[in-house]
Amino acid sequence: MDSNTLISVASIVTAGLTISIGSIAPALGEGRALAQALSAIAQQPDEANTITRTLFVGLAMVESTAIYCFVVSMILLFANPFLSS
Amino acid sequence: MQISPDAVLWQWGPVGLNRTILFTWLVMVLLVGISWLVTRRLSTGTKLSKGQHVLEILVSALRDQIRDVGGREPERYMPFVGSLFLFLAFANLLSIFPGYTPPTGSLSTTAALATCVFVAVPMFGIARKGVWNYLQQYLQPSILMLPFNVIGELSRTLALAVRLYGNMMSGTVIAAILLGFVPLFIPVLMQLFGLLTGMIQAYIFSVLAMVYIASATQVER
Repeated sequence: MDSNTLISVASIVTAGLTISIGSIAPALGEGRALAQALSAIAQQPDEANTITRTLFVGLAMVESTAIYCFVVSMILLFANPFLSS
Repeated sequence: MQISPDAVLWQWGPVGLNRTILFTWLVMVLLVGISWLVTRRLSTGTKLSKGQHVLEILVSALRDQIRDVGGREPERYMPFVGSLFLFLAFANLLSIFPGYTPPTGSLSTTAALATCVFVAVPMFGIARKGVWNYLQQYLQPSILMLPFNVIGELSRTLALAVRLYGNMMSGTVIAAILLGFVPLFIPVLMQLFGLLTGMIQAYIFSVLAMVYIASATQVER
């Protein structure tokens, strides 16, 4: 077990944990937003265009938190700065 | 296992050609070529060619969307936002052809486009409000918020780039991984899902660019 192997093991485990834990909260939040948007469309079908557009923009904002986690795990897996190759 | 289409295919002296550049230029040539072919023979009469119909539908839909999001004068922002949307939509849709890797699946492309938005927002804002009025909005609630406003400007650009890249890259990578396990059926479904994702991401990218421009060009009454 040299240091590179240890760093690789830690990086892989951390990457998995990062993306799994880091996608729970955005998923819950986006689910709530979608449910609210659906009930809003059901109440006001005429406003469907505005609601959908705003929903997409809001989802994109919420999504970015999950995307930061994704970026961190990608860096750990494919561009690890601590591995001395 | 290749997570980026930036591997150099062909080296000629200092110039390297990779898939991203190749397919970016292919999409650009397609867009310019189709537009040029259609706009050579425009008519204002009652008989329109098919291409002109398609282009008119596209342009009017884009104009309506921009006006809805907050651009009160869509013609000012049409060239920028419309080009962004058309380029991204084409680049993502062409992935139905085998051998094509979407250039948006590379961080270079998306970072370049996000940088364009990052530069364009202050330009539109200054053109609309003047330098002093535009810079005032960074001190909006109080002067204490100045660093946070600047950080927000930078981080939303990063999120813009990485959102598109992450979605498109994960689509191609998942398709490649699944091809190893279950060829023939499941990858086709994932490709369909990737088409939907690509269109939604193109839409979101353009709408967010328009939202940022609209917030920079707001004139307080």
